Amino acid sequence: MKITKNTFSRALLGAATGLAGMFALGAPAQAQYEGITVNILTRPGPVIAQRLVERGKEFTAATGAKIKVNELPFAELFQKTLTDWATGTNSIDVAVIASGWGVELVDGGLLENLDAYVAKDTKINMADIAPYFREYNQKIAGSTYLITIDGDFQMLYYRTDVLEKAGLKPPTNWAEYMAIAKATNGTDMNGDGTPDYGSCIFKKRNAQSFFAVQSIAAGFVQTKGTGEGIYFDADTMKPKINNEAWIEAFNIYKATGKYGPPDELNHDIGDTRALITGGRCALMIDWGDIGPLSIDKDGAAIKGKIGAIIMPGSDRVLDTATGKLVSCTAEICPHAIDGINYAPFAAFGGWSGMINAKSDAKVKQAAYDFLSYMNQAAQSNVDVTMGWTGYNPYRNSQLDSTDNWVKAGFSKAFAENYLGAIKDSLNSPNMASDIAIPGASQYTSVVLDREVARFLADEITAAEAVANIEAGWEEITEDFGRESQSKMYKLSLGITN
Amino acid sequence: MTKDNQNNATRPGLALAGIAVSSTPRRVSISEWIDQRAGTFFITPAVVLILIFSIFPLVASLILAFSRVRLGGGGYKVRFVGFRNFEKQFFGSEQYHFLGKFTEISLMGWVLILVAGAGILWWLYKFCSTRFNLLGFVGRSITASMAFGLVLMLAATLLSGNRFGTLGVTLFYVFVGCAIQFGIGLGLALLCSQQIRGKTFFRIVFFIPLMITPIGIGYAFRMLADTTKGPFSPVWQWVGLGEYSWATSAWAARSFIIIADSWQWIPFIFVILLAACENVPRDHSEAAEVDGASGWQIFREITWPQIMPVAASVMLIRMIEAFKIIDLPNIMTSGGPGIATESMSLHSLFAWRTLDLGQSAAIAYLLLFVTVVICVSFFNLIVLQYVRKS
Repeated sequence: MKITKNTFSRALLGAATGLAGMFALGAPAQAQYEGITVNILTRPGPVIAQRLVERGKEFTAATGAKIKVNELPFAELFQKTLTDWATGTNSIDVAVIASGWGVELVDGGLLENLDAYVAKDTKINMADIAPYFREYNQKIAGSTYLITIDGDFQMLYYRTDVLEKAGLKPPTNWAEYMAIAKATNGTDMNGDGTPDYGSCIFKKRNAQSFFAVQSIAAGFVQTKGTGEGIYFDADTMKPKINNEAWIEAFNIYKATGKYGPPDELNHDIGDTRALITGGRCALMIDWGDIGPLSIDKDGAAIKGKIGAIIMPGSDRVLDTATGKLVSCTAEICPHAIDGINYAPFAAFGGWSGMINAKSDAKVKQAAYDFLSYMNQAAQSNVDVTMGWTGYNPYRNSQLDSTDNWVKAGFSKAFAENYLGAIKDSLNSPNMASDIAIPGASQYTSVVLDREVARFLADEITAAEAVANIEAGWEEITEDFGRESQSKMYKLSLGITN
Repeated sequence: MTKDNQNNATRPGLALAGIAVSSTPRRVSISEWIDQRAGTFFITPAVVLILIFSIFPLVASLILAFSRVRLGGGGYKVRFVGFRNFEKQFFGSEQYHFLGKFTEISLMGWVLILVAGAGILWWLYKFCSTRFNLLGFVGRSITASMAFGLVLMLAATLLSGNRFGTLGVTLFYVFVGCAIQFGIGLGLALLCSQQIRGKTFFRIVFFIPLMITPIGIGYAFRMLADTTKGPFSPVWQWVGLGEYSWATSAWAARSFIIIADSWQWIPFIFVILLAACENVPRDHSEAAEVDGASGWQIFREITWPQIMPVAASVMLIRMIEAFKIIDLPNIMTSGGPGIATESMSLHSLFAWRTLDLGQSAAIAYLLLFVTVVICVSFFNLIVLQYVRKS
């Protein structure tokens, strides 16, 4: 091509403009990942996925790496991830899925160990991540394999106005919960003239009911700290479920239905949240989402009327030797507060990013940098204040100051109350981990879920349900191998001996 | 020209067909060899396609049904476990889920077992003593065994105060659902085949539900039946059902799924039976009318015998489809309350979702077996018998 004076000056101008643009966005970084695409798999948006898309655009502008977010129904996420990676298809570089599923992927050698990446990362500030999420949620066998972008555990929410009117205090144990639910059930809580409900807890099968029953059980089962676990004897892998503690939890869960909507048995979390934001429930169990949802325009009926508190505990706990419930003492319940044993349950553990070990090295680095970008305080401290993102707090800096929350629309008093409840849960040394061993979904979302559903539908008694679960869990353990399961269970609980 | 060629030239048909007309061997050219096997070559692509897309997956899932499969770093790890996946459904930890919960059989259950057992034995004896043939006997024995097995299940579960499992739920959807759909579909077809005003309008209206996706139907019916916040909530409140929930009662939930399923499938039966009804020569029924026959007599003696082959075919297709029901219970109830509305397909899907591929495949094969035996029995023992008698 003949270079004329005109084309030369145009080229110079173009180069100058390009250089200026590169410097504005961070020139060295942009060159770093130019032409690289990171394929991410996660659940359908807007929850979780949409914020990945938006932050992905920022990341592309800053680094040149293209972030492609692929969405799949929740029930098929793990199956798709495992199949894609195990069969060598490798169309996915990053899976943003439940942290509990990570152990099985690590066991199959499918996840990238992120220790080296974390060591070089100057921006992630691991010390700021709450201890439970840093040590249990992100780590498997002592190494970091996951990057948390959402901190999940369940809390109790209550209507401050309804309880105040009835002269009641928020519950600290399940007897108080039932008393409040009974007292408030049938009163009009949103001024529409129709009676509302004392308690709203999702109970639909194949949805989230198995999380709720575990949240109730945790306070009865686990007393010695997170390392104890609520599912098995770590050495023998004998299920710790056929006992009075779980039977009590089953019975409480069912009894809450007496003060709930008539078709609660067919309510999943979406149905329950619709009732909550519509101002129809006095007490409710949910993840951290209710706080931000209450300041959304859909939550107008409950804006400024919601309080949060750590999940109710129990003054009677499981004696593992006998399977009976015994009263708390300082020795039996070392972490009890005012004689009540609390064990907030890290239900689901939260959405975390995991990187395919078989992806190209440069893609893996770009993928890590993107997950780190999502996790860093500068981004996540804003994201967790927006209800629609589905992201809940997991960093201390997200809880230390109410500024971001007030800026997002919280009242100062509610922000303090909400963050206080989260801190109480996150700082509890007795926080209960969700199951994180191979076959995790078979243990809980199939066997436990099915038996809970049969119990709630009056097909079987609580004693029959826990006996069936014990048999079902033993069968799964045998299938996966008792010794290897014991090893993985210990690792998931941070037991390294 | 050689002697062989002379022979072939005089008998070209035989030569083309590749039939040896001479005992003397000779060298066959490539084009002749291809000509001789033209049929094989033409049919090969179709056979290969069928093998790849139909037979191979069937064989692969059969292998899975006898295995435990785990996915890991090295891909699939398949461990042969024999009949364990099937045994679990009939005698193991999944028995209550697949067959139902068994306790002591009630008096009514024993009565049913004895009556049904005697009936089945009498039926087999009658066949053996009148027109015995080995193939027929084997087929009838399979049908009889399954029928007796189902009677045992019914007696031990429902008639003894216990819940049945996914097999019973699936059969309920098939038999009750198909019967309702056939009755209403036939009724509508008979009405629309009459000379009435707005016939075309009704035909289109009745046909619309068939074109809607089952997921949409599931959500729509779930919403319609919601007594607390659905669009008909004020109506439910007004009739005093505001505190009632169909989703918490096993039979109400099953019935609601059948209502939604019927809404979707009645048009299919309607449209095919309407075509059959309109093919019945009008002069036959007019002649019967002149002779003073009642409407029922005209239907029984003239219309039904002529639409029966079509009705049998449409029911066969519908039954095969009904055995696979999955969308509606999945959307409307997720198989609940408990496992009350879970069909076998849903049972298989739930196992597949947790990567229990062996169990999932085993349930799928059990469904295939039940479907084939019931549908073949329905056609051979009911439809063909009726046609022969007619």
